[in-house]
Amino acid sequence: MTKLVATPGQTIGPFYGFALPFERGEQLVPVGSPGSVRLHGTVYDGNGDPIPDCLLEIWQAAADGTVPDAHGSLIRDGYTFTGFGRTAVDNVGGFSFTTVEPGPRPDGGARFISVVVFARGLLNKLHTRVYLPEDVADADAVAADALLSSLPENERGTLIATREDDGALRWDLRLQGEGETVFLTYPER
Amino acid sequence: MVDETFDDARVITSSDSAQSTQAEINEQMAGITRDYEAAGAEETQPRIDYAPYRSSILRHPTKAPRPVDPESIELWSPAFGQRDVHTLESDLTIQHKGEPLGERIILRGKIVDGDGRPVAGQLLEIWQANSAGRYVHKRDQHPAPLDPNFTGVGRAITGADGSYEFTTIKPGPYPWKNHFNAWRPAHIHFSLFGTQFTQRMITQMYFPGDPLFALDPIYQAIVDPAARQRLVATYDHDITSHEWATGYSFDLVLTGTHRTPFETDTTAGQSPEGAH
Repeated sequence: MTKLVATPGQTIGPFYGFALPFERGEQLVPVGSPGSVRLHGTVYDGNGDPIPDCLLEIWQAAADGTVPDAHGSLIRDGYTFTGFGRTAVDNVGGFSFTTVEPGPRPDGGARFISVVVFARGLLNKLHTRVYLPEDVADADAVAADALLSSLPENERGTLIATREDDGALRWDLRLQGEGETVFLTYPER
Repeated sequence: MVDETFDDARVITSSDSAQSTQAEINEQMAGITRDYEAAGAEETQPRIDYAPYRSSILRHPTKAPRPVDPESIELWSPAFGQRDVHTLESDLTIQHKGEPLGERIILRGKIVDGDGRPVAGQLLEIWQANSAGRYVHKRDQHPAPLDPNFTGVGRAITGADGSYEFTTIKPGPYPWKNHFNAWRPAHIHFSLFGTQFTQRMITQMYFPGDPLFALDPIYQAIVDPAARQRLVATYDHDITSHEWATGYSFDLVLTGTHRTPFETDTTAGQSPEGAH
């Protein structure tokens, strides 16, 4: 079959704030609910300065490992897990999602949360992943993940969240320069 | 020569410096175009490293993205439906008490994936400036009037055939601070989901014949002219509605999918029972 050429992307621009964020977009589950975990961090530019105009989206499996298929991300009822979150970073580049840890993958690979990044000044979307630190310590889980097992140590580190004392997951995003986050492309076959 | 201008651009520390002239930006863009033509390899997406767009200088990754096969969750997309979006949200002219000012337009199109399959039951979001070129956004300081009858945000869930339709107002061009006397061509922002998360995209739709195209580094960051043209809507008199609104068509193509599609993908988005 002849492949069609994909429409080009463009920057999200500076003025998405009145359009894309929605109420409780960053809360895949309610704050403080049983099993909830905070995923937070800061987005930086090539100077190491925080980026205040960036929109992040996450998409992930449910706690039991299944792929969510429920409607209701945009109008949250506080009970339905849709697997999707969206948040604009704050004035100092900070973001904070409340979610659950994704359950086991069918292939036993290290668990991750899928992330897409949009920003003013960023001319196209960027895809990346955040892995759970405990899984990255498990050699079998790493071996079963084609990306992690192929990355050099220093690059791999950009995709791994840090577990904080209170159980939260900390993960910073660097668009450019020292410690630049590994971004992904999905070639078509 | 091109490298020199590129290095000059790096000296600018703030994207809002507005130090360059349009002529300087044009020269820089022309140099990139010459290099692209000389290289002879087709590019269909924007450059993310495009110095004439000043804000891109410190915000583009310098390493090529890592090719990877999508895993598990990435082969699926969030599910949206009428619970998320009311059908009236696709009419941006009825969100307030009165009629918004400007040229009323109907915008119609179809979303397909790289294999030509309709992207059905998925979320499409648009946002835009009003007819005077002003956004309802606290950081938009352009001294053009706000319209109390226009917000400029619309949503829709695509039909079974991937189709969508919005009624809105044609947005105006507006100034920005990339360089001195910089103006964006009139555009509507589009945000789309496909059947898998790898297809997620945000882009901008433009109007045919805009005199600002050649001057705009965001549009020109798509260095291939045929690729740029894919973001320009077509005036369509069959969509134009008698004594009511002019009509434009704008179709979008997402990247291909990596899994074998289920029947449910082309009828109502993902299966409510969870076929997976």
